Amino acid sequence: MLSKDLVIIGGGPAGLCAAINAANAGVSSLIIDRNPMLGGQLIKQTHMFFGSEKQYAKTRGIDIAKRLIKEVEENPLIEVWKNSTVVGLYSDKVITVLKEEEYLKIQTKAIVVATGASEKSLAFENNDLPGIYGAGAVQTLMNVYGVKPGNKILMVGSGNIGLIVSYQLMQAGVKVLGVIEAAGNIGGFKVHASKLRRCGVPIYTNTTIKRAIGKDKVEQVETVKLNDKWEMIAGSEEIFDVDALCIAVGLTPMTSLLSMIECDMKYVSELGGLVPVLSGDNETSIPGIFACGDASSVEEASSAIVEGKLVGLVASKYLGGIHPDYEKLKQEYLADLDNLRSGPFGEKIRVGYQKLGGPNHA
Amino acid sequence: MLNKDGVAIKEQVMSKFPSIETLVKPKAIIECYENIACNPCSTSCPFEAIAIGADINTIPVVDFDKCTGCGICAYSCPGLAIIIGRIKENKALFKIPYEFLPAPIKGEVWHAINREGKIIGEALIEKVDSNLRQDKTLLVHVEVDRNLLYDFVTIRRKEDE
Amino acid sequence: MNKLRIKEHPILDFSEDRKRINFTFNNQSVYGFEGDTIAAALHALGITKLSESASLKRARGFYCAIGNCASCNMIVDGIPNVRTCITILKEGMKVESQLNKGELNVK
Repeated sequence: MLSKDLVIIGGGPAGLCAAINAANAGVSSLIIDRNPMLGGQLIKQTHMFFGSEKQYAKTRGIDIAKRLIKEVEENPLIEVWKNSTVVGLYSDKVITVLKEEEYLKIQTKAIVVATGASEKSLAFENNDLPGIYGAGAVQTLMNVYGVKPGNKILMVGSGNIGLIVSYQLMQAGVKVLGVIEAAGNIGGFKVHASKLRRCGVPIYTNTTIKRAIGKDKVEQVETVKLNDKWEMIAGSEEIFDVDALCIAVGLTPMTSLLSMIECDMKYVSELGGLVPVLSGDNETSIPGIFACGDASSVEEASSAIVEGKLVGLVASKYLGGIHPDYEKLKQEYLADLDNLRSGPFGEKIRVGYQKLGGPNHA
Repeated sequence: MLNKDGVAIKEQVMSKFPSIETLVKPKAIIECYENIACNPCSTSCPFEAIAIGADINTIPVVDFDKCTGCGICAYSCPGLAIIIGRIKENKALFKIPYEFLPAPIKGEVWHAINREGKIIGEALIEKVDSNLRQDKTLLVHVEVDRNLLYDFVTIRRKEDE
Repeated sequence: MNKLRIKEHPILDFSEDRKRINFTFNNQSVYGFEGDTIAAALHALGITKLSESASLKRARGFYCAIGNCASCNMIVDGIPNVRTCITILKEGMKVESQLNKGELNVK
């Protein structure tokens, strides 16, 4: 069995920042990521990020990824395994990994779970037809592999992801027939919605998908209006001819590894679903196992970056490597997270953390 | 209504504009109507003309005395919510951020588009800025009829009909 | 179906000439480019039906494209349950639709 002091599961913004900060405290780490490249969801984000300069505001996600990846690759204290999937996590801090074709066991002393979140799906008739893709899938196809998902798409979901991906589809030359939203209001930032409206993309609130139609692939979708009790209004159906349908109805944390050990978990819908109960240091109920980024709660990349930095700091302290500016940085990160979560869009997260009884809700 | 369809109403739009007298010089019109944790417009402004402060959820406010209409905020805003406006005789001149292909070319005439995505007139492309600092967001200088001052927001290529 | 490959993009650069990679899909000769995943290469050719569900034989394509949902599972070079959305294309790969739950051939 191999031995590594600090293993970081997931090489997205949270995991990369955790590794960098641990290295700054003199602690070496191993980042394990199941994809052929590091960067998590950042590598598909062609839009400029919000937040403040400390979280790379105004920089495009793809460029934030390049910067963080470069910092990690040039750091002699950080080892990286790509194309490697962590398949087991045990409460004695052993992990099992499928490293390409090899199956390995690693005894660790501290673990950071930074596995991110995945798309929820929506239940409707024929929702399993090819051509019906999650929003992240559409972004991956377009922005990473340069392939259009189709030529005319309907977007389901008006949260930030649905709105941003619709704009990116148009940049890739795809016609977006509209954005439909089951609630009565647009979910994401109105600036994103305004960008779409001025490009002539309609936004239909109180509307949902009734069914998809097609043989072997989606060819049409039938939408229907909802009343204020979320019931379908008979006779309000409409048919759209599409060659792809994009589902952007939210993300849910990928916590299946944490569910394998006996750490306290709780279902909190405001945070995205089943999440670990965390201390103020983002430590789970198992000492030495930490969680950060979308795996601990679905928020923005800016929060993932700050949480990653925080966990890098506390995980390295757990291992005896204290960052020279430990106290100052820790206070700074906690204040940054409070600030990011303090506006109206942070309300849901604040409510979520109160229900969880978790960090930063002093 | 902004919450239902992403289109700001006239009163909201006009509240972001300075007085007509002030618009003889170019000024930044920041159509940021929500408290979002974000401040690149403020930190990018070389004249410190945009106020947000320590709580980055604060809606930015432009000091029109300090604003020179340089356009840096227009391509720094992650929401692309800023345009620069100016009045010159019977024309309104704008600098707008633009991120689509084909790119506009100086001298071309494109459609002038309002916040609902409808055609409201013509826009003459006067100049297209594209430097490294803009990071692929073009800053397009356009001229439209003055009566479109509060309606114009973007351009659309004529062949795209 | 090269109409689905993006040539010009306002933010990204897809101009680099990439090496063409030949492979087979259900014994049909197809191709992609270096750096593609199997699913992306097939999608670019307009091939959206990758497999069929095991009992009801419903068409299957990919959904999440990040290796999470298993909708894109296919048999690649004889090995089943390969997540084609995160598997990089290699020259000569034999890609087949997976019509059952996959069998492990232990050597």
